[in-house]
Amino acid sequence: MSLLQHMVFFPVLIPLLMGTVLLLPFFHKYIRRQRVAVIIANLLLLVVAVKLLADSLQTGTTMYMMGDWQAPFGIALVNDPLASVMLVLSSVLGLAAHLYACAGDDKRGMFFHPLFMFQMMGINGAFLTGDVFNLFVFFEILLMASYALIIHGGGKQRTQSAVHYVLLNLAGSSFFLIGLGIIYAAFGTLNLADMAHKAAQLDEDNIQLAKSGAMLLLIVFGLKAALLPLHFWLPRTYSYTATPVAALFAIMTKVGIYSIWRVHTAVFGNHAGDLANITPEWLWPLAWLTLVMAVVAVLASQSLKMMASNLIAVSAGTLLLAIAVNTEQATAAAIYYLIHSTLASAALLLIAGLITDQRGQAQDRLVKARAVSQPAMLGIFFFIAALALIGMPPLSGFVGKVMLLQATTADAGWVWPPLLISGLAALVMLSRAGSTVFWRTSGGNSSNTAEKVRAHPLQVIAVLVLLLALPLMVIFGGALTEITQRAAEILYLAPQPLAEAL
Amino acid sequence: METIYAICVGAMTTGGVFLVLRGYTFAVVLGLTLLSYAVNLFLFASGNLKIDAAAILGESESYADPLPQALVLTAIVIGFAMTAFALILALRARSDLGNDHVDGKTVIYDELGQNSANQRGENQ
Repeated sequence: MSLLQHMVFFPVLIPLLMGTVLLLPFFHKYIRRQRVAVIIANLLLLVVAVKLLADSLQTGTTMYMMGDWQAPFGIALVNDPLASVMLVLSSVLGLAAHLYACAGDDKRGMFFHPLFMFQMMGINGAFLTGDVFNLFVFFEILLMASYALIIHGGGKQRTQSAVHYVLLNLAGSSFFLIGLGIIYAAFGTLNLADMAHKAAQLDEDNIQLAKSGAMLLLIVFGLKAALLPLHFWLPRTYSYTATPVAALFAIMTKVGIYSIWRVHTAVFGNHAGDLANITPEWLWPLAWLTLVMAVVAVLASQSLKMMASNLIAVSAGTLLLAIAVNTEQATAAAIYYLIHSTLASAALLLIAGLITDQRGQAQDRLVKARAVSQPAMLGIFFFIAALALIGMPPLSGFVGKVMLLQATTADAGWVWPPLLISGLAALVMLSRAGSTVFWRTSGGNSSNTAEKVRAHPLQVIAVLVLLLALPLMVIFGGALTEITQRAAEILYLAPQPLAEAL
Repeated sequence: METIYAICVGAMTTGGVFLVLRGYTFAVVLGLTLLSYAVNLFLFASGNLKIDAAAILGESESYADPLPQALVLTAIVIGFAMTAFALILALRARSDLGNDHVDGKTVIYDELGQNSANQRGENQ
């Protein structure tokens, strides 16, 4: 089966081809055809991702060389349990966000579907890539698509938050390239596996260079992952953009986290000699403060979407803290928590979108306003998403938090208080938000003042896809923790020479 | 040669950072352009500077490291596209927000004033 050999490339190839095809005349002007095509593409991506996950669990790491060019020079794609778990997550999230968009949000601007596909291509590529330069290239692809998606639908607020987001990320890209230049000068390679192998054997002259390169990359990934002094763009950008776009962006901060794992935990990890573990000492205070600031921001949120965005910052802070702890067990727990928090916060963003549609002028602001037209359904959805985000049993948030707490008993004095307080803050804020939206309603005769807006079936399905994943993550928790354990092991393996890795 | 090269890259980076920190989108976009020039030169130098050495084997006695040159090529293309996008976005922001401040400042106040005026109108 020659085609199956090339399967590793499919998560990049499918969205690339589909995005291009959608610009051709047969699809270009027919939004229905575009919707069907993209839903098929998303399902295909999900199938491929699951197959890749099954493969990687069976055979371990496989390196795919594009065009069969030799290893440190050619473009390498790497499929291992960590990469394929992230691929499954991104395709589930992509499917849900896209289904939601198909209910009408895609018509509010041009080229939504092709851009969505290019965004998926960038995200999947960033998860699969085996060298740092292509990480940069795929970052740029996903950023370019996100720049355009972020102003989808237009409006002053969106333009304004997009200016911040684009300019910040352009400056970030410059830093990324400077970091890459320094690392290439020090290592003589940009292939991650090769770098990990060479890190322990660097000359003394090059060690300072490599350190500064690694720190520059930490700044760039920190910007993506919403690390403390670099996170101010996040709440506005996420809360002002279109609902399905915001839901898809729930995975963008996680791309930053994933890159820190790949570069700083795997390359500059325990086996790197003089370069070993240079980041945790910086990450400790910053991640801690990120979490605390995000908790304060959650408590101060004025609208549902703002609160959901700040909860994303909370989850980013939690994950960064787990990276700072830097043990295999904590990383395994963090991968589980990452999957859970991405799905749950995306679900909350979609639910906030539905509530916004049904509340008329009050939108999603936390003020007394008219009741939503489907209080029972939205109330149940909100309740489930809230339970998961707070971390109450029986949903995945509880399991994720418990695993994180168990993995960090050695550093309990530092890690536990912000983790537990973030849960409390989420509980306070989500119950306040829920009671304001669903119970503190005015009038009650909304039926005769305005036509009732009802949720589109596709929107309901989209929310259900995400919400159903949460209990499933608990029911199949045993299998899933085994996978996350395997994924975390990859990051802590002793590096081997590249020739043996192939 | 290295010293002059380093001074040039440093001067451009300084100028770029200074302009990026300005409050108006035009200056910021110019700064980003300058910064990306500096970055491209910097990347180019990461494979060591060599004179009379082609990046192709057999063309000259010694050869230069071709990988940074390939990286620079990619970086130039991406940087160019991004700058073009940033310019268009700056123009859009200029027309949407009414000024070219990066925070769109005055207009936010106007908008808030407008909003409260609207609500007052409704209450009456």
